[in-house]
Amino acid sequence: MVNLLVCIKRVPEIAGEILLSQDGHSIDARHVGHTLSEHDECAIELAVGLAGDTGGEVRVLSLGTAEAAEQLRYAVALGAGAATLITADPESYGPADVAAAIAAEVRASPAAYDLILVGNDAADTGDFQVGVRLGFALGRPVLTGINTAEIHGSSVLARGAGPQGTDVFEVPLPAVMAVQEGGVEPRYPSIRGRLKAKRLSIDRKDPLIEPIGSGRVKLTLPPTKPSTVQILGEGPDAVPALVEILASSGVLNR
Amino acid sequence: MILVLVETGSDGATPTSLETLTFARELAGRLGGETVEALIIGPLGAGEASAGGPEAQERVKEKLSAQLAEQGVDSIHHAAGERLERYGASGWATALGAVPAAYVLAAGTPRGSEVLAHVAARAGAMMAANVVGIVDTEPLVLSRQVMGGGVFEHMRLDGAPRVLTVAGHAVDPVAADDASAPVWHEFEPELSDADLVTAVVRVETGAPDATSTLTGARVVVGAGRGVGSADGFDDLLQLRDQLGAALGASRVVTSLGWRPHHEQIGQTGSRISPEVYLACGISGAVQHWAGCQSAKMIVAINTDPDAPMVTQADYAIIGDLHQVVPALTAALRRRESSGG
Repeated sequence: MVNLLVCIKRVPEIAGEILLSQDGHSIDARHVGHTLSEHDECAIELAVGLAGDTGGEVRVLSLGTAEAAEQLRYAVALGAGAATLITADPESYGPADVAAAIAAEVRASPAAYDLILVGNDAADTGDFQVGVRLGFALGRPVLTGINTAEIHGSSVLARGAGPQGTDVFEVPLPAVMAVQEGGVEPRYPSIRGRLKAKRLSIDRKDPLIEPIGSGRVKLTLPPTKPSTVQILGEGPDAVPALVEILASSGVLNR
Repeated sequence: MILVLVETGSDGATPTSLETLTFARELAGRLGGETVEALIIGPLGAGEASAGGPEAQERVKEKLSAQLAEQGVDSIHHAAGERLERYGASGWATALGAVPAAYVLAAGTPRGSEVLAHVAARAGAMMAANVVGIVDTEPLVLSRQVMGGGVFEHMRLDGAPRVLTVAGHAVDPVAADDASAPVWHEFEPELSDADLVTAVVRVETGAPDATSTLTGARVVVGAGRGVGSADGFDDLLQLRDQLGAALGASRVVTSLGWRPHHEQIGQTGSRISPEVYLACGISGAVQHWAGCQSAKMIVAINTDPDAPMVTQADYAIIGDLHQVVPALTAALRRRESSGG
């Protein structure tokens, strides 16, 4: 039986134009929805699969505002059994703070997690380090860029993309893994899952650390590039013009 | 001193490592008085050359020496030894820690990001990921990509060492005005048993991984939702073969299972920088732009003239890709057979 903790993050769902807050310090997310990072969804899927294989349990944890309960409930609808919300303003937490807050919560928790999963990087801040810092803080081996994993007795066999093919790792439990999209296909919540999620009581905690901050001075938007597209025409009739352009770019000379 | 982790392949330093060296030189220039040194870890050529024996290793070494001299590197440190034969982030971080530096840089690759996160965690230092520019040096403020490249964050980076990864394709690798004559320092860092726990136990090469083909391709044919179904790729595959291109896909395409994930271009996929990117049936969401904005020329083929992929492209054909793409392939074949 393997007990798992999956750490997830509520992030703005950006499909169109990105707007910044007036002070330029954050994304203006008033008119956009929120979601989970794609890597986080895969981490949940992987955890639910591993728990199912071993008869273990999955708890999801998020550090964020009260609204992050939405993402925790979604994870429960996908198969997690319990949820913890460390209520804090995520804007004032840098990646080292997030890792420290989770590590403190794990240490204080009576549950012993065999495997802690995080997404490889958050879709919004893209820091690429919470998993490694968490592993370091807890003194556990940590892997990143993991696509799939299997439990073999007291160790985990994990695979991720490497420069020469698929890198295979085998580390003893307890361990930490940062999961990358591409190995598992996140499921959709079932009706039963949604009902369970609705009823679930989320464990709300205060952070056990004081944050240092992320070092953010401000956000800026890339200069908007005016459209300079040259429409070559409609349908196959435009193909000769494109061939000329490709020829003059030099890419047809092999 | 600014220390740059240089990743290697059979062609010597990887392109993103060369970009990082150019960035490091710019940082050194802005800071004044800092030297740039390179650290290479493990077998040269990341296993490929080592499989070819000492001669192949020697060839990669010569290539690397020339590339790093061109980048104006003052010294090359090469951490080697039995315990570094296989990649492991913890062991690599120990190797990096053996060369004291005020600034530690790597390309924002999976390995670069992972190893530097270990370095930062051990030092209790901050880390700036995916840096694209220097805003200020006193204090050090860097510009880095967030929101998948859709927003830049100005981040103050304090601490010792200052740890940062450089976003792929954020800078062009440019040779230094004056080439250097760097000296190789071979050394064997002392790795603990704990360092080896997270090392790669084996590499499975059975399934071809097209990721490196995609990121290094001169021409990329991109496929989006407009392809219509998993069975709709014949036209694009023929165009790919005719152009000697690589095939990439939007996230929708890989999420729907039409193509494998390693072909995905974008925030959670590959970042490409081809001469020409032919985006076929792709709407051009922010997350996709994160992966393709470094293309030198973008051509969109799309039914929707208002799609961001079209409006932000250099050239576009408005139309159904299933009509335009076969016509393009046929025209290219005719041109080739006529010796054009």
